Amino acid sequence: MSPPRLRTRKLDIRGGRVDLSHGAGGRASAQLIDEIFRAAFDNPFLDQGNDQAAFDVPAGRMVMSTDAYVIWPLFFPGGDIGSLAVHGTINDLAMAGAKPLHLAASYILEEGFPLADLQRIALSMARAASEAGVAIVTGDTKVVERGKADGVFITTTGIGMVPAGIDLSADRARPGDRVILSGSLGDHGVAVMSKRSHLGFETEILSDSAALGGLVADMVVACGPSIRLLRDPTRGGLAATLNEIAQASQCGFLIDEARIPVRPEVAAACELLGLDPLYVANEGKLVAVVAPDATDGLLAAMRAHKLGRAACVIGEVTADDRYFVVMTTAFGGGRIVDWLAGEQLPRIC
Amino acid sequence: MKYIDEYRDGGLARLISATIAREAQAGRQYKFMEFCGGHTHALSRYGIEDLLPPQVEMVHGPGCPVCVLPVGRIDDAIRLAMRPEVTLCTYADLMRVPASGGANLLKARAAGADIRMIYSSMDAVLIAEAEPARQVVFLAIGFETTTPATALAIRLAHQKQLANFSVFCNHVLTPPAIRAILDVDHLPAGERVLVDGFVGPAHVSTVIGTSPYAALAAAFGKPVVVAGFEPLDVMQAILMLIRQVNEGRTEVENQYIRAVTPEGNLIAQREMAEIFELRDSFEWRGLGALPASALRLRNTYATFDAERRFTIVPVPAADNPACECGDVLRGLKKPAACKLFGTVCSPQTPMGSCMVSPEGACAAHWTYGRFRDRAGAGAPRQAA
Repeated sequence: MSPPRLRTRKLDIRGGRVDLSHGAGGRASAQLIDEIFRAAFDNPFLDQGNDQAAFDVPAGRMVMSTDAYVIWPLFFPGGDIGSLAVHGTINDLAMAGAKPLHLAASYILEEGFPLADLQRIALSMARAASEAGVAIVTGDTKVVERGKADGVFITTTGIGMVPAGIDLSADRARPGDRVILSGSLGDHGVAVMSKRSHLGFETEILSDSAALGGLVADMVVACGPSIRLLRDPTRGGLAATLNEIAQASQCGFLIDEARIPVRPEVAAACELLGLDPLYVANEGKLVAVVAPDATDGLLAAMRAHKLGRAACVIGEVTADDRYFVVMTTAFGGGRIVDWLAGEQLPRIC
Repeated sequence: MKYIDEYRDGGLARLISATIAREAQAGRQYKFMEFCGGHTHALSRYGIEDLLPPQVEMVHGPGCPVCVLPVGRIDDAIRLAMRPEVTLCTYADLMRVPASGGANLLKARAAGADIRMIYSSMDAVLIAEAEPARQVVFLAIGFETTTPATALAIRLAHQKQLANFSVFCNHVLTPPAIRAILDVDHLPAGERVLVDGFVGPAHVSTVIGTSPYAALAAAFGKPVVVAGFEPLDVMQAILMLIRQVNEGRTEVENQYIRAVTPEGNLIAQREMAEIFELRDSFEWRGLGALPASALRLRNTYATFDAERRFTIVPVPAADNPACECGDVLRGLKKPAACKLFGTVCSPQTPMGSCMVSPEGACAAHWTYGRFRDRAGAGAPRQAA
């Protein structure tokens, strides 16, 4: 006699919620992973059902990066925590000039979190990963009691391969190098702020959250060896990024405020909220420091890509033993663009 | 941005800069105090110093409400917040103001106090209404600019008969502070600040008007030009002050005519007078105890006064002895001249209140202007 076939009712995604059994490692955990994550990510690595993914990699230099995402609200104009968790880690890989290959994703779910929202996030991750040409090959899910997390926290880890001859690092900026910004500042931070209910603030600004792997690939092909370094100005904005580079390279910067693109609606929102766009987070922009003679070629390559249309030179690297980022204001004076002392806004990524 | 960009126009700035350079007489020093932190911020953020000739010097005044709040009041606020029944609501820039013993509100919150950052006094009333089991205290600070909003919150709480809302009032007044800076005859020579004129308050003046400055200008023979907070406002005000000095005039002029009238906002003034009364004396950081310089709730609204509801007994608290915020606030010292500046005191680890608020003289200089501190460093050249 054959054993009775176990009939499992499908997850009630529309009305169901995450409960503690979904993290207990039993049948409920397996079902959650199957019906939400495996269904969304749909790749042969996950189909093997192992606790790890095994794959061959080409010879060469590999980069690895990990990032935790705790953004609130989970859904915001232009993205959600899922797409952000994919874009963010891909971008960290891409800033090494690498081609991103695979991602791992780990979830901390709060008891009571709606399954419909979880599915929406998983599908958004799948879409973002597929658009960027990477696969989410392994993962983990934990459930914590109500009140011990805020809906869902996601950690993604990624690996990528750096093309031969490419060596990008924050300590490689040299006086005279040019600084290129790929587009307008502040869109992500302001889009997230606009959804924070207590601000009572409505705007049409969309987050710029995007995977920069494609743009970086074009840049590397155009002038790879002349690129000193790439950085994505996320938390802390352009200001933090330039200060980090200045410290690492023991140099200064001189940038020109009039050349830094900021959308009028972002500028207006920042004005209202008392924020400086230079400090507001971006999730789909990069800063490139490039040898002066390669500036025009790199700019042309960037502008030919849809994520670099508004790329422009915003300044140059200076010799400065105090590592100051100095800006000529649009008004005509000078000022420092310093590190952010506190936090401009909480949990934006 | 309409109505903003017009006041930040670099071309106009260069024109005014050239006029200032032409009219500021050689061999004469012009020392002007910008009273408000908002002006200090504009001067630093837009690099206005680079657009002024060397004989025009700006002295940063005490008009940053966070900076003039003495340590003892922050100590009181922390003690209030640590009471289990209390939810303390405050504006964000108070969170990191150093209190006694290295404490601040941010650390108190980490230690379990229920402290919430709000954007409007009305938010505190709404929290009180939504959470009747909590004693919601609004930590109110500011000059005449923010006082009407606190008055409205109290009126609203009164109308709603909220028994769990109160205000820890630290509202202070501008004219007594200007008087304290000008009234130097009793001070030893080294402690006098001799300014040639004032860039008068912007937002404060929208409420109180320009007339309260007339007596001060007349009594002390110093010109006052009320100016807006945009960089062109500040530059135009400096030019107007130079002209007054050159012509020997000591008048109150209004550069900020798009917002300020001689009599001010009468409705706001009525509202403040209805809810608040003068304190006999109030301690200002840097200026000491100034008579009739701050407000408290009238007896009619005593039930909303946190100082009476919780019987706050002030504990004397001294500033860090090495901190020279006092001299900076009075315009006696430039921020970089303080021994602590940039060594142990920076916006990350502020020792004194001038380093906390972005409008504080020290924070503004640290954040925007310290690249000039090295001898010979001038305006940056244009980026390539």
